[in-house]
Amino acid sequence: MLDIKNLAVSLEEEEKQILKGVDLKIGAGEVHAIMGPNGSGKSTLSYVLSGKDGYEVTGGSAELEGEDILEMEPEERAAAGLFLAFQYPVEIPGVGNMTFLRTAVNAQRKARGEDELSAGDFLKVVRAKAKDLKIDADMLKRPVNVGFSGGEKKRNEILQMAMLEPKMCILDETDSGLDVDAMKLVSHGVNALRDEGRSFLVITHYQRLLDHIKPDVVHIMADGKIIKTGGPELALEVENNGYADLLAEVA
Amino acid sequence: MSADAAQTENRLDALATLATGWSAEARANALARLREMGLPTKRDEYWKYTDPTTLASEAVTEAALYTEQDTPLFDDIDRLKIVFVDGVFDAAASDDLSLEHVEIMRLSEAAAADIHWAKPLYGVLEANGQTPVARPLAALNTAMAEDGILIRVTGKASKPVSLIYKHLATTSEAILHHVVKLDEGAELTLTESGPAAARFNKVLEVDVADGAAFHHVRGQGRDHERRAVTHTFARLGKESVFKSFTMTANGVLTRNECVIELNGDDAHATVAGAAVGDGVFHHDDTVFITHDALNCESRQVFKKVLRNGAVGVFQGKILVKEGAQKTDGYQISQSLLLDEDSQFLAKPELEIYADDVACSHGSTSGAIDEEALFYLQSRGVPKDQAQDLLVLAFLGEALDEVEDETLSDSLRAQLENWLSKRSHG
Repeated sequence: MLDIKNLAVSLEEEEKQILKGVDLKIGAGEVHAIMGPNGSGKSTLSYVLSGKDGYEVTGGSAELEGEDILEMEPEERAAAGLFLAFQYPVEIPGVGNMTFLRTAVNAQRKARGEDELSAGDFLKVVRAKAKDLKIDADMLKRPVNVGFSGGEKKRNEILQMAMLEPKMCILDETDSGLDVDAMKLVSHGVNALRDEGRSFLVITHYQRLLDHIKPDVVHIMADGKIIKTGGPELALEVENNGYADLLAEVA
Repeated sequence: MSADAAQTENRLDALATLATGWSAEARANALARLREMGLPTKRDEYWKYTDPTTLASEAVTEAALYTEQDTPLFDDIDRLKIVFVDGVFDAAASDDLSLEHVEIMRLSEAAAADIHWAKPLYGVLEANGQTPVARPLAALNTAMAEDGILIRVTGKASKPVSLIYKHLATTSEAILHHVVKLDEGAELTLTESGPAAARFNKVLEVDVADGAAFHHVRGQGRDHERRAVTHTFARLGKESVFKSFTMTANGVLTRNECVIELNGDDAHATVAGAAVGDGVFHHDDTVFITHDALNCESRQVFKKVLRNGAVGVFQGKILVKEGAQKTDGYQISQSLLLDEDSQFLAKPELEIYADDVACSHGSTSGAIDEEALFYLQSRGVPKDQAQDLLVLAFLGEALDEVEDETLSDSLRAQLENWLSKRSHG
């Protein structure tokens, strides 16, 4: 599904290397987790993959189902099936959540040469999916993320994911700012989307999210590289011992 | 004598011969006012940000016709249509001028009579609006307007009256002067749309009696080369409502002045505008609101989106006279600059002589929110479309001031349409 080879990235504004050769291969239907200390480059990886400005790829490649995504515009990557659930979802005053969702869904359908969904069909689908995530009619009407609580914003991200049905989902610290109940709700939403044709990359600081979204593979990232890869037990090791031991091991 | 002054003298001499009928005195008075004031020049403080040369000159700058087939604004709305072509009333294209509770007459016909209800208003509200700031181009209009519409509303009008201005000659000048009088408790919605002429000088005087409501919705279309100077003068009685909204897209030069006097207690006035300018575009909103009664509310909400060197100007003033207690005055002017070549100049002013009032004003200039743009793109929305969505969201706050949902939907749809065309060249 996603194939990242020796990816090197620096900031555009300053000569600072953030990713120093990341290798990551995620098969169809797999759930991978990336853990790592602050500043290790986890969020940068998610931004570079989704096409945010401000980063310069200085080496390596990233392919989604065999297609080079690094040259694509962010909207092309989205239409190709990539989705990033933001750590800090953006507030957009004046744009209704429903309008936003419908515009996004139809833009992707159009890009893929599919017919746009009618207003009625769209409404039916969005209501059903919103209900699963306990998103009420009021949240759908309000401007995108404006005045939403932390938990509401994250549920709104998952709703977008459910509506857009991407192939490759990247969750950037989706657990940050969530209480236990909200985390369960969000995890439940993610698990409902697990499918043999859909892959996940879950970026997190804490093992607890991985109790709910069970990964197949866990990677540890530090200083712009993946320094260790293992099974779910690796996350438990981090939870118990912190990153210090792992970092020492590599050094 | 300077070239400017000589030109002014020539114009005024030509004007002096125009007046006939009941309007003769009003025209003669306006001419005297104009001689006193002189035509505006860019050295005038009130014209600091907008060069009036091509609005005041004797010769009209040529304006190519706008030939793109846009759907006309308000096309789908049931209304009484009154059409002017290059400033001349077109009876064949207009509806029958009859509507229940509404008397409609052409200025050119009414002016020949000895007496008319418009006599105490024509040029009178304009003259009141000449202090403390002179508005010579409005006086010029009163003196030389060839035509216009006089509307008297005695009850609740069942549908909007719509003034449609067509532009068919490349060097035409349209000078129109309209007067609207709303009797006690009357209600009218007036719409205006179309470029009117290569150069358009329009005055609208509105007298809103106690408990009456006047809604004004105007669209200044996408035609690029037109020039316009418009003045709206309104006088508000007790518990009356005046709401005016203008949507502008492109146009070389536009100066829209709005002068409102709140004379009766508990009156409400809103003046709002949304403008999008691309390239050679200069748009100036100049508003002067005077509170002269108790417990009145006024709102000014102006939003401009500018790109490729477009210039936006806002001069807005709230004057609260002594004794106008419990005044609630609000003013906001904001611009969204889509590139570094565009410019927004704002001059908000408050002048308050009462001690129990709430007045606020704010003015901002900003770029498009890159985070929001990326967020939309990351969801698959192409960059142009994402930008249009954010632009519409920005202008939405001004559009929300239009009370009638049918009209605001029509404006929104047209704006969306205009934006999508612009994005693709």
